[in-house]
Amino acid sequence: MTENPDLEKNLNITKIRAWRPAAIADLILFRGEVTVVVPREHLRPLAEFLFSDPELKFTYLSDVTGMDRFPIEPRFELNYHLLSLSRRDILRLRVRLPGQDPVIETVIPVWPTANWHEREIFDLFGIHFDGHPNLRRMLLPEDWEGYPLRKDYPVEGPR
Amino acid sequence: MTTVQTATGLEQTMVLNMGPQHPSTHGVLRVLLELDGENIIKADVDIGYLHTGVEKTAEALTYSQAITITDRMDYLAPLSNNLAYCLAVEKLLGIEVPKRAQYIRVLLTELTRIGSHLVWLGTHAIDLGAMSVFLYCFREREELLKIFELVSGQRMMTSYFRIGGLALEPPAGWTDHVENIVRTFPARFDEYEELLTKNRIWIARTQGVGVLSAEDAIAMGVSGPSLRGSGVDYDVRKYFPYSSYDEFDFQVQVRSEGDCYARYLCRVGEMRESLKIVRQALEKIPPEGPIKADAPGIVPPQREKMKTEMEALIYHFKIFTEGFAPPPGEVYQRVESPRGELGCFLASDGSPKPYRMRMRTPSFVNLQALQKMVVGHLVADAIASIGTLDIVLGEIDR
Repeated sequence: MTENPDLEKNLNITKIRAWRPAAIADLILFRGEVTVVVPREHLRPLAEFLFSDPELKFTYLSDVTGMDRFPIEPRFELNYHLLSLSRRDILRLRVRLPGQDPVIETVIPVWPTANWHEREIFDLFGIHFDGHPNLRRMLLPEDWEGYPLRKDYPVEGPR
Repeated sequence: MTTVQTATGLEQTMVLNMGPQHPSTHGVLRVLLELDGENIIKADVDIGYLHTGVEKTAEALTYSQAITITDRMDYLAPLSNNLAYCLAVEKLLGIEVPKRAQYIRVLLTELTRIGSHLVWLGTHAIDLGAMSVFLYCFREREELLKIFELVSGQRMMTSYFRIGGLALEPPAGWTDHVENIVRTFPARFDEYEELLTKNRIWIARTQGVGVLSAEDAIAMGVSGPSLRGSGVDYDVRKYFPYSSYDEFDFQVQVRSEGDCYARYLCRVGEMRESLKIVRQALEKIPPEGPIKADAPGIVPPQREKMKTEMEALIYHFKIFTEGFAPPPGEVYQRVESPRGELGCFLASDGSPKPYRMRMRTPSFVNLQALQKMVVGHLVADAIASIGTLDIVLGEIDR
């Protein structure tokens, strides 16, 4: 774990650590942006904690982003960009998923806006969200083969 | 049109396919409306007709080349897209743009906001039957496009903001044109308000229609004027100031009603506030000074230097053959586009091409709230609700 005095003082991190130390697998500070790497089984409880804790109040989910690190394993990365409107604070959660079984629990019950973000990530990366009510292709036609934003998918499309 | 059996087997509902070719969908949006008479009981949104794979394309371009494709997402506010992307790359590189360039960026993005809101107002009004407003709005927008053409050489796909600053020095006397706008536009806004704000038909079509509560709006991730019309004062320019927005004095327009009329008032108010920012920017912009950051190897060198200095020539060659490589890492940069929070997530792996470029486009997220706004209302209100969200399909589908 990165030892960084700025990170240790961060309220979000001290609160998460006090709540469940195992929820922090790693901490990254880059260009002033804090990223908490979360093991995937802790993501959903952590989301609920960050949403409902009266001192944190991360009620707004700005974005969910997928990323493919192929051929590095675990190859998939999900970035959740959280925003606390009352505290004007931001936080990024990151979950790494293996290429063999890219499945994670949905966060729609916490932030309903995740619905379309997760659908889009399913469409373009092929990551499955457990408990998603409507996990269908979104931007691509229903019969499209492959997942275009994966790194092993060529820019010109499959040959 | 088709009829389907409902679960009860007694009543029949009708599924009406609205779009993708429908004038009020502002592009190619398809909405499957399940109707009980004229009341909407379900609205399924189908998107993807304009999907061009912008995010995938960006991975094959260098950081500088990718600016051009950001224009083409939100074609009504290309400069806001340029700004989000350039600020993200600059954050990744850790460089700061000179103040003069920052103020010019602010000025031009605020003019973009006015232009975008004008298109929204015109098309929204024409959707609801007010033809003349459309013509006036497009007349005014033309004056704004002339300024963009003057400054960048392009009316719409400007690509004027570059990594580390601006593409080129604005032409002499360009501020006269902006001053002209600052002088004449307030009276034009009064004209629109005269046509609409107290118009009984306009009020009947928008007041109490498409109501979105603050809780729902936050839960659905709605941002921009659509969120502020529901009483939440989230504006990226105030919450997380970028490009020196903290030096400007302006009011965030908030209304608590959450209906189409409130969002209309927010946007009209925002146009006036944008003019206020433009006026301040005109005073702040120094007549002379650098418009590009001093970052050799990232910002192309001046033409004169290339003829006299060896390093400048080498940098120029390297920038345009292989590009530059930011350090590995990820950043997320949000800006307030005319439609809301426009976020650019950039991941670098230390190569000259973005490893991943993700645009969090406000229209995409805002459109999710449509279901909440139209269920239980009439088909005609769905038109008003789609219009009031101010969507651009180019940035929804990317």
